[in-house]
Amino acid sequence: MTLKATPLNNAHRALGARMVDFGGWDMPVNYGSQIEEHHAVRTDVGMFDVAHMCVVDIKGSDVRGFLRRLLANNVDKLQVSGKALYSCMLNPEGGVIDDLIVYFISEDWFRLVVNAGTAAKDVAWMNAQNEAWGTGLAITQRRDGDDAMALIAVQGPNARAKVWEVIPQAKDATLDMKPFNVALVPGTAFGEAMIARTGYTGEDGFEIGVAATQAENLWNALVAAGVKPAGLGARDTLRLEAGMNLYGQDMDESVNPLDAGLAWTIDLVSERDFIGKAALQAKGQNAQFVGLILREKGGVLRAHQKVVAASGETGEITSGTFSPTMQQAIALARVPASVQVGDTVHVEIRDKKLAATVVKLPFVRNGKILAA
Amino acid sequence: MSNIPAELKYTESHEWVRLESDGTVTVGITEFAQDALGDIVFVELPKVGTSFTAGDDAAVVESVKAASDIYSPLSGEITEVNEAVAGAPESINANAYEAWLFKLKPADVSQLDRLLDAAAYGKTTAA
Repeated sequence: MTLKATPLNNAHRALGARMVDFGGWDMPVNYGSQIEEHHAVRTDVGMFDVAHMCVVDIKGSDVRGFLRRLLANNVDKLQVSGKALYSCMLNPEGGVIDDLIVYFISEDWFRLVVNAGTAAKDVAWMNAQNEAWGTGLAITQRRDGDDAMALIAVQGPNARAKVWEVIPQAKDATLDMKPFNVALVPGTAFGEAMIARTGYTGEDGFEIGVAATQAENLWNALVAAGVKPAGLGARDTLRLEAGMNLYGQDMDESVNPLDAGLAWTIDLVSERDFIGKAALQAKGQNAQFVGLILREKGGVLRAHQKVVAASGETGEITSGTFSPTMQQAIALARVPASVQVGDTVHVEIRDKKLAATVVKLPFVRNGKILAA
Repeated sequence: MSNIPAELKYTESHEWVRLESDGTVTVGITEFAQDALGDIVFVELPKVGTSFTAGDDAAVVESVKAASDIYSPLSGEITEVNEAVAGAPESINANAYEAWLFKLKPADVSQLDRLLDAAAYGKTTAA
């Protein structure tokens, strides 16, 4: 099978990246040292090719009404143009089809950014609802074709300053912009740029969308300004330290999002009905999603390792790694509801049962260790 | 192309093996292996005195990315382990051919002949 490539593929190869097959995409896992790239984002600035993710524009009359039924989080939280919201899109059984960010541009135009591997399935699902509900909206993916866009995430304490250096027109539009907002900035050296103060690292920064044809120019300009390219390896350790879920690993269509730490994104309070709501109300929450810090030497926490609580009940690690910031093995885990923060649990690693402490997420935010 | 010293023997699972003058063999992982694993953060070594059959799991090397079993290239008994590398796993990234993992006394030194020489190992790692 031929791997799909983003518009930055040549740029990665020119930088000597180690490339891997990431869900059918030929992507950089690192450009030398994953740990150095991780620290660059925590302490200075790094950037990621996230052009494998897919922008989906939904346009027409009453897009809001459509998204009120489609998404588990409540788009009525978006009342000011430019505001963004994280949400799951559920199936009728309450399983997670995908997690995404929705940007409110205008009442007749909302923009979604969805995961790479799920994009085709997501768009098909949205189209099916659009047809079933007779809502008559135009749902357009922006990853392929003449209108293709590419996303680059610039993250770290110095990310905004570097972006303003490279895209001076962005400064006025984004200087006072709060996190989880977006601005569309016309007339930059890279054409119109979508600049969102969002990310997947636990650091400040921007996710920038430009025409795919401009992506390599923007990437090279950011490299020249001193932004360190970072691969999927660092992206995973950063998001894990930030306590952020990864679709396909921490949740998927078989997982109840209430058991995956996503209750804060599921609006079961308002009168609004949405796909999956009845199923989640019937199921309720049956497990909790916590952080673990390994307290004994003996390995690294990894996905699918078994967690045994003092009561003998068991849970499972969904994501684990060695935290470059904390210099300890850490994990995200689904554990029984009886487990409390501060408890010691045991994780089965090969032939050993090693002690780990249950902590509240996140582990790290804005360069600071919060859980120890 | 990775650094593959001519004087060593190799396994298809990316261990290197050196026959010492005292008849023991020293085992580590290759430059190719450390590069593929990325930043190494944990090493689990066997216990001195443990006996292995060729192909048994003898040690574990974990990077940020993944855990990798290290197989005993020959049958024999562990005579020494490199505690320094357990304390500084990143030393494998820095120099894979100096940061050895364990030494063993081979049960049958002729098993060395079944291992790959540098040229043959180079072919298995060529992209």
